[in-house]
This record gives sequence, C-alpha cells and structure tokens, in this order.
Amino acid sequence: METYSLLREFADSWFLIAMFAFFLGTAVFAFWPSLKAARDDAASIPLRDEATGCAKNCATCVCKPLLEQERNDG
Amino acid sequence: MDVVKLVALGLITLIAAYASDQGLDIAFRVHGFIVLVVAAGLFIHVLRRVDEPKTAIVATDYNDGPVRAGVIATAFWGIAGLAVGVLIAFQLAFPALNFDWAQPYGNFGRLRPLHTSAVIFAFGGNALIASSIYIVQRTSRTRLFGGGLVWFVFWGYQLFIVLAATGYLLGATQSKEYAEPEWYVDIWLTLVWVAYLVIFLGTIINRKERHIYVANWFFLAFIVTVAMLHIVNNLAVPVSIWGSKSVQLFSGVQDAMTQWWYGHNAVGFFLTAGFLGMMYYYVPKQANRPVYSYKLSIVHFWALIFLYIWAGPHHLHYTALPDWASTLGMVFSIILWMPSWAGMMNGLMTLNGAWDKIRTDPIIRFLVASLAFYGMSTFEGPMMSIRAVNSLSHYTDWTVGHVHSGALGWNGMIIFAMIYFLTPRLWNRGAMYSTAAMNWHFWLAMIGIVLYAASMWVSGIMEGLMWREVDDQGFLVNSFADTVSAKFPMYVVRGLGGVLYLGGACIMVWNMWKTIRGHAIVHQPISQMTVPAE
Repeated sequence: METYSLLREFADSWFLIAMFAFFLGTAVFAFWPSLKAARDDAASIPLRDEATGCAKNCATCVCKPLLEQERNDG
Repeated sequence: MDVVKLVALGLITLIAAYASDQGLDIAFRVHGFIVLVVAAGLFIHVLRRVDEPKTAIVATDYNDGPVRAGVIATAFWGIAGLAVGVLIAFQLAFPALNFDWAQPYGNFGRLRPLHTSAVIFAFGGNALIASSIYIVQRTSRTRLFGGGLVWFVFWGYQLFIVLAATGYLLGATQSKEYAEPEWYVDIWLTLVWVAYLVIFLGTIINRKERHIYVANWFFLAFIVTVAMLHIVNNLAVPVSIWGSKSVQLFSGVQDAMTQWWYGHNAVGFFLTAGFLGMMYYYVPKQANRPVYSYKLSIVHFWALIFLYIWAGPHHLHYTALPDWASTLGMVFSIILWMPSWAGMMNGLMTLNGAWDKIRTDPIIRFLVASLAFYGMSTFEGPMMSIRAVNSLSHYTDWTVGHVHSGALGWNGMIIFAMIYFLTPRLWNRGAMYSTAAMNWHFWLAMIGIVLYAASMWVSGIMEGLMWREVDDQGFLVNSFADTVSAKFPMYVVRGLGGVLYLGGACIMVWNMWKTIRGHAIVHQPISQMTVPAE
C-alpha cells in the first residue's frame, strides 16, 4: 500500500478516534466533581496578584513589598 | 560572553555590508543596510560597556520594562497601521490617490499588505507580546524567565516588522496573504519566536501558582501554533542567498491549501486564541470578579484548539480543492460557532452582578463591545463559510466587512482596553489622565466600526448580486466596472468610518502621553481601579 493511502486510512480511523477520545476526556476532566475546588482556586488566580501600579525600581509603590511578602510566605 | 557577542555582531555587520552592496534586488540591499546599521550600532553599544561591572538584577519585582515598551509600540504601530488603512480605503474610492510621483511604492497593491501586516502583526502582535508577558508573570506569580532575552524578543520583533514593511514597499513579497515576508525575514521571525516561547514557557515552569491560569493556556497555544503555521507555510527555497526572491516548496492546490490552513489559523490562533488569553485576564480583572465558569473555559480552550485548525478550506470553495476538503472546512467552521460563543458568554457572564460598571467604567465598556463584536463576527464567519452563502459573498466587500468587524471590533477594542488598563499601572499613575477622552475614543471607534461594517455589507451583497445577475437570454447584465462605480458611495462611507476609528486612536495616544508624562490630575476615584481581592 502506498504511503498516502496508509496514512490516510490511519488518520480516518484510529487517529480520529484517539483525538475525539482526548477531546471528550478534556470535557470530562473539566467537569470532574472532585476537582471543583481546584477550578475555583484557578479562577481566582488573577484576582489575588497585584496592587495598583507596579513599576520597576519604584521605592514607593505598593506592589514590591506585596510581592516580596508573597515570596516569603511561599 | 562579550567577546562572543562582539565577534558575532562584527560578522553580521560585515555580511550585511556585503549584502547591501552586492544584493541582487533593491529590497535585499536596503534590508542589508538596515541590518548593517542595527548590527554596527549594537557592536558599538556592547564595546563601550565591555569592561563595566555588570549590575546585578534585582529579581524581586516583575519585569515590566518590556511591557512598557510593548504598550508604546502597540500604540505607535496601531496609528501607523490604521493610517495606512485609511489611505488605501480612500485610494479605492479615489484612484487618483495612487499618486504618480509615488509609484510604484505608494501603489494600492503594495500598501494593502503593509496595512494588513501592520495592524495584525505590529499592532496586534505587540499587544499580544506585551499582554502575555504582563499576564504570565502575574498569574504565575514569578519574574519573567530568561533575563534580558525578552529584550531580544521585543526588539527582534520590531526589526521583523520594519523588514517586512520596507520589503512590501520595495516589492519583496512571496504573495501569500498574511505571510508576505520573504525567506530571510521568515527565518529571523522564527528565531525571535523561539526565544519568545522560551521566556514564556520558562516563566510557566517557574510558577509559584499550582495551576496554570487559563489565559496562559491560550497564550501558549497561540505561540506554539503560530510557530508551526509559520514554518510550514513558509517552506521555500531562495533563488540566491544574496537576493530576496524565493520559490515555494508546494505548488498549485497544495500551496493554496497550505496557505489557507495558515491564513485561517493566523486568524484562529493569532487574533483569536491569543486575544482570548487577554480576555480571560482583563475581563475578570477589571470587573473584579472571577471568570463566570472556569470549567467552561477549559472546554472552550480545547474545543477551540481542536476545531479551528480544520476550518481553513472554507477559503477555497469553488476552486481546484476537492469538494470533500472544502466541505470538511465548512462543517468545522460551523461547529466552531459553539466554542466561540461559549467564550463570548463566559466573558460577558463574568460581568453578572457588575453590569452597572458598563455605565461608569470605560474599560469595561471597551471589553463588552469587544466581546459583542467577537460574538457577531464568529456568527457571521460560520454563516459565510457555508458554500451557498460563500458563492454570494466570496471575492466581495462582504468578506472585507466581516474581517474588519472582527479586527476593529474584537481585536481593536480589546487592545484599547488593554492599553487603558496597563498604562496607569505600568507608569504607576492612579488612572488615565482623562476619562472623558476615553469615552470620546469609545464612541468614535464604535461609530467608525458601524459605518465600516454597514457600508461593506451593502457594498458586498450588492456586488455579489450584480455579478450573478443574468438577463432573459442568459447573458450577464453587469460588467465588472459597473460594480466598481456602483460601490463608490459605500467606499467613501467606509473611508469615513476609518477616519473616525483612527481619530479615536489618536485621542488615546494623547491620553497616554498625558498619563505617562505625569500630568495626571486624577479625575476618577482610585477605587475604580481594581483592588486586590481578600
């Protein structure tokens, strides 16, 4: 069998199933009940990240101490 | 290390000097000269600092210098790209604007790719790079990986833009939509892009957060996919190493299919996935609420990634492309409607309970308008990909209108929101200098888009109907020139829409200038800025 036909048949069958299964897996993963806390945690990431005005080498701005504090807290 | 740098820069300078003298065409010689100047300048810069003690980098803060540069570059290229757009819009209405003295450089044919690349890659690309660098640091809670490498990415990308833009004007193009730059510019962009991937991925790997925030998923998909698309679509053999001309590896319908696989995914991954990354950060941030459904955002991400890549063939209906392929593209384009609207709803629903902000907060207004246009153009697109609809819309101004409702509406408005969001934060000002100017900008841009999209719908559908009109003998009624003269009023309206949009952007630049220079009398309460959540 020539390479094209072989690859084409593989793409149309097994690889298609594999991709579709992966896709369904991501949807199941997204809605997995025990991961709800993880989702909520991830959703809040941008809201706990900075104070206003984060300038480099800025002595007065609020961000640097916050960032350092977060570092120290781990 | 400095010695290696000096040797490399010296060699590049020499080769560029040879290229600028011996290049086979004008574009290559000019590019040789540009590279010569840049490399020689860097050589002197490195040489002057060779024995100076290296200052240790204080790594306790976010690396925001490149973001600041990126915000300014976004505004600069935005004005340039929009201005060229207005010029070519009026060139279509008034062909005399293809001035004789400016030929062949000021020709519509050369200015059009300059416009598309300037707005997509220079305006949009700088916004994406700046946003992604800003967001990945915040959401990973760590400093950007790679130290000074980010400056190579930033300036390397600007050099790419300059080489691409001057190349188009001087006639160096491989005639592929959105992929016009010739082989050596493509190679340069590949290097810059790999460095971009390294700093982005490195930051994610170093993250202090357990989860990778969804915005970073979208940015990563954007970076990786654009790299893949760029390399495959630009497989070409240069005719000579001292000339800009190259020959594509693919030919005929394979070339066309590769091109539109690239072209549609430039829209899908550059202008959609990357911008969704911006959306998933700025909307929750400005509304000060977590995204409506994080679960939906995961499904949204994977559905978008899995579907977009197949949609390209809808650009090639009624061509030599096999029917099964264009049907496949059409079906996937229609399925794509769902994840697109899932993303739009996810963004809009984030404002649940904060809808009053749309009245008081201009940034929220820009974001909501952006999402609304995202919804409209991701409905219009699947509809236009249906073969029967496409037979009317293809090659007409309807396509142009569709692209611009997406580009001016979705991409443009979210970039403006980004600039208004970042400018006060990056320069440590309380707020933008003038809220009134932001409102003026918003309404000018909105009216501009409406004029643009509406005139192009009328013009496009009229044009499509005129082209297919036959008399009772079966002869075509209209010649091509008939449609051109019938479109004149719509072309003028479209140009005016562009003027309003450009005018709004100019107001933004003035506002940025006033804010950055620190003239700010804080007109709005600081509380309008987001406060850190408890």
